[in-house]
Amino acid sequence: MDKIPILRLGNFLLVTIQVDLYDRLALNLEADLVQMVNKTNARGVLIDISAVTIVDSFMGRIIGNIASMSKILDAETVVVGMQPAVAITLIELGLPLKGVHTALDMERGMSLLKSMIDIDEEDIDQESTDDDIITQ
Amino acid sequence: MSLKTHQLLQKKKKNILELWMKNQLADEGLREDLISNDELRSQSEELVDALVSNLSSENFTNLNSDEWSPVIEILGGIAITRARQGFSPRETGNFVFSLKEALLEVLKEEIGNDPQQLFTESLKINRLMDNLSVVTFETFIKGREEVILRQTDEIAEISTPVIRVWDGILALPIIGTLDSARTQIVMENLLQEIVETGSSIAILDISGVPAVDSLVAQHLIKTVSATRLMGAECIISGIRPEIAQTVVHLGIDLSNIITKATLASALSHSFKLMKLEVRKSNIIAKS
Repeated sequence: MDKIPILRLGNFLLVTIQVDLYDRLALNLEADLVQMVNKTNARGVLIDISAVTIVDSFMGRIIGNIASMSKILDAETVVVGMQPAVAITLIELGLPLKGVHTALDMERGMSLLKSMIDIDEEDIDQESTDDDIITQ
Repeated sequence: MSLKTHQLLQKKKKNILELWMKNQLADEGLREDLISNDELRSQSEELVDALVSNLSSENFTNLNSDEWSPVIEILGGIAITRARQGFSPRETGNFVFSLKEALLEVLKEEIGNDPQQLFTESLKINRLMDNLSVVTFETFIKGREEVILRQTDEIAEISTPVIRVWDGILALPIIGTLDSARTQIVMENLLQEIVETGSSIAILDISGVPAVDSLVAQHLIKTVSATRLMGAECIISGIRPEIAQTVVHLGIDLSNIITKATLASALSHSFKLMKLEVRKSNIIAKS
């Protein structure tokens, strides 16, 4: 049984899809990824689909699902490297992948994730300082 | 009856050609600017040759027979070249009709003393030539349509350039009406260019789009969504007041798309997004 490897990179999880996804594989990936997010407390998930040339509505939904599930587990999802043909297909299928962040390539995706998480942490810092002021 | 009509016409081939050429040259609609007399003559000669030598008593009324294919081929060739050269339909039609007149005239000279036979033979020639002119016309129109199709392709190609206005910023001015086919081309070109240049911002300028209805708006929204899926941001600029009015009247929701009035403001917005700053330099040039 094929399996898509999920790599851990600091706070992030890295998934590189090198084959065309079929339904079973996609479902497995969804389950594995959610497990991994939970286990590693990852703050961000980076999915590279630059090698994917064919998508269907099911695959689009799985990506959307992964994003929503990770969001609940407090991790942001960034999809990187989507091919033009894939983007057009998804739009024609009426799946604009709401809630999924996208980036052109791995590098930009990584910096996007970092900036998003930095903002979150800054917010937390801000709140804590606010609290300090109040307590003082 | 001494000779069959087709044999008669074969014998009189020279006469037919001469008469036909005379008819054509006498015609007011002769286009010397588009075709020289020599060329016209060789065209006519070729056609008469093919026509007369393929004539036989059996195929006289049956245009589907294989023996006619060379004639039809020649006629088709002439019609297509004429369509490309810009002949009017009337001129192309007259080309064939004047041949009919020549044929009938020759026939009249030969068997004018037998009205009964003249009538039946004329009827046959009429039918044959009418068929041939229909074929000519069909090919002529097909030639015209090819010209139009080629032009449409050309327009579609030249009207969707993707311009790199800054490192990482692409601009795409759209001129003319956006229909589904063009949107497809625009979208494909834009997405391809985004991948190739690694740009993170695309500006879609619609100042050249005459009207935006719900369909065009839908196409625009699709393009923007596809760009976002690729991981780039898309800004729509060049929205004229009238377009803003129609968009709101039609109840189209563009609120989750960045829209700017001019390309300049779209560009400055993209600079902001990319954290770039454009400043007037304080250094005074030394004279």
